Amino acid sequence: MSGKTLYDKLWEDHVVYTEDDGSSLIYIDRHLVHEVTSPQAFEGLRLAGRKPWRPSRNLAVADHNVPTTDRDKGIADPVARLQVDTLDKNCIEFGITEFTMADARQGIVHVIGPEQGATLPGMTVVCGDSHTSTHGASGALAFGIGTSEVEHVLATQCLIQKKAKNLLIHLNGQTRSGVTAKDIVLAIIGKIGTAGGNGYTIEFVGEAIRALSMEGRMTVCNMAIEAGARAGLIAVDEVTIDYYRNRPYSPKGSDWFMAERLWQRLHSDDNAVFDKVIGIDATAIKPQVTWGTSPELVVAVDETIPDPEAESDLTKRQGMVRALEYMGLKAGQAITDIAVDKVFIGSCTNSRIEDLRAAAQVAKGKKIAGNIKLALVVPGSGLVKEQAESEGLDKVFREAGFEWREPGCSMCLAMNADRLEEGERCASTSNRNFEGRQGYGGRTHLVSPAMAAAAAIAGHFVDVTAINLT
Amino acid sequence: MQAFTLLTSLVAPLDRANVDTDAIIPKQFLKSIKRAGFGPYLFDEWRYLDRGEPDMDCTHRLLNKDFVLNKPQYKGSEILLTRENFGCGSSREHAPWALADFGFRAIIAPSFADIFYNNCFKNGLLPIPLATEVVDSLFNELTEGYTLTVDLNTQKIITPNNREISFDVDENRKYRLLNGLDDIGLSLQHTDKIRGYEAERAKRAPWLFVDY
Repeated sequence: MSGKTLYDKLWEDHVVYTEDDGSSLIYIDRHLVHEVTSPQAFEGLRLAGRKPWRPSRNLAVADHNVPTTDRDKGIADPVARLQVDTLDKNCIEFGITEFTMADARQGIVHVIGPEQGATLPGMTVVCGDSHTSTHGASGALAFGIGTSEVEHVLATQCLIQKKAKNLLIHLNGQTRSGVTAKDIVLAIIGKIGTAGGNGYTIEFVGEAIRALSMEGRMTVCNMAIEAGARAGLIAVDEVTIDYYRNRPYSPKGSDWFMAERLWQRLHSDDNAVFDKVIGIDATAIKPQVTWGTSPELVVAVDETIPDPEAESDLTKRQGMVRALEYMGLKAGQAITDIAVDKVFIGSCTNSRIEDLRAAAQVAKGKKIAGNIKLALVVPGSGLVKEQAESEGLDKVFREAGFEWREPGCSMCLAMNADRLEEGERCASTSNRNFEGRQGYGGRTHLVSPAMAAAAAIAGHFVDVTAINLT
Repeated sequence: MQAFTLLTSLVAPLDRANVDTDAIIPKQFLKSIKRAGFGPYLFDEWRYLDRGEPDMDCTHRLLNKDFVLNKPQYKGSEILLTRENFGCGSSREHAPWALADFGFRAIIAPSFADIFYNNCFKNGLLPIPLATEVVDSLFNELTEGYTLTVDLNTQKIITPNNREISFDVDENRKYRLLNGLDDIGLSLQHTDKIRGYEAERAKRAPWLFVDY
């Protein structure tokens, strides 16, 4: 008999019942809530006279709309303010814990979940946000849902789901020095495409994955959705267990030892069968830079922009032509010749302490280039910010000319005041380079934190692994 | 939820792959706390030449005449024909809300992003994945006044020259859509099973049942 994949195990652990057509009611252990995708769900509960099934399994925070400056003045935009106020009111009315804007623990929902131990190995984790896949780094089954499903989870603590297929992505060998989790995941998306993982849960395995810290693993799983997969997974090992020891919401006392034992089995069996297996040579991965308006339009920093004429698929070719036009770039142009106007270091992909350390290491003792209009560092949470300040990273950034901000989603999706203006080009550590994502007419290049910091210093893209950091 | 049974309608062709939910409904409109009223801002950055803001009156905005939904021959289309990986990116249900509010009832594409696909069914919107060659053939034969009939019950699309194209949909989703049923009400019929699961799980993983 064949063994089980990690996904099979997590799925089976959470099935409440299964219908004849295979659709199942699955139990949700943790529901994260934010201000943008929840108001209509709470309103739905109110209209139907329903209450949350288990209020304590929900944790709320405002992150998408919050300002990253002058927090004491509140939110200037009245529409955004109403949305954040609505979250506050709903959490009080329905008895849900919220880290409000004044709380030091406030931050991006996918940063605070693991940071607090509110999302743990073996859990099912959902949130009305596609980057919920982040939490799969701990061996949790975590995925984004729509607002109707947010309401469903609030009301029933369950979701109706059909099991996805199993996709194994095997990173062969170790990455070169200076190549980060962000480069790994961008290289994967470049290879399999943004629809490559549609219908699958991806498990990432291999030496290069094992070598990543929990934070690096979060970066990889965060962008599983950019490869089309709702959920990404990484098996539990000592790195995982060490990370969750003594987190505020982690199991305590004898529960911890019981949990540790249970979590040890959260890996795919040796004889597990996957529907699809993809191998990637980790040793060949170089720092990545996207050049188009989809994360799959990505190349290594030492390459040139590909020629659409060489693409045989007509739809793809037209997409490339449109992307080049929007991005104001030409086929054959060297990536290192592209100058940037703004730099954004932040987002649920890359705003954790290790990301900030990596960027600070590049920026230390240097100044941002004259053509850089704005270089922003937005920590993922109030606690990440405190930690960074205790290490003096804020000073490093400020002295180099970066702005040091309050935590939130910020310029990843530009729902607050942080955004690109029309035609501006940005080196961004976020996850999406879609048209208009960072502001109307804005042009986004996705990179790692070290690459973003290096672009800020040089004024254009440079290979951070080739520069002397001392 | 509005039920979906039989639909005959004009078809609007959106010839792009990887249409993301940021394009379907840009982020500034997500600040609304309502579920309705997103239709005027559907594909805002492609449909209009000026920059859209929440609560804007769209009747006097500058239209991009080249965009398919602004062409008079596609006015009133309830079926959108598009390319692979439609609805990728953000999980925002505002995307199907905007499509439905605009008047679309069915979307035909070679593939859909998973979260978007799922969200459609909660809003009376039927996403129909068809083989790439079949989608290509529909794009090729689409001329002015082209209509399709979508019959959810028999899971068939009928073209103007009476070609029948079968499509797949989960039984459970089909049943709920045909009858316009509310998922939560149905799931709450299984309250005993959920309680039973919790009792059993609490023995295996008690830390998940500590309320703090």
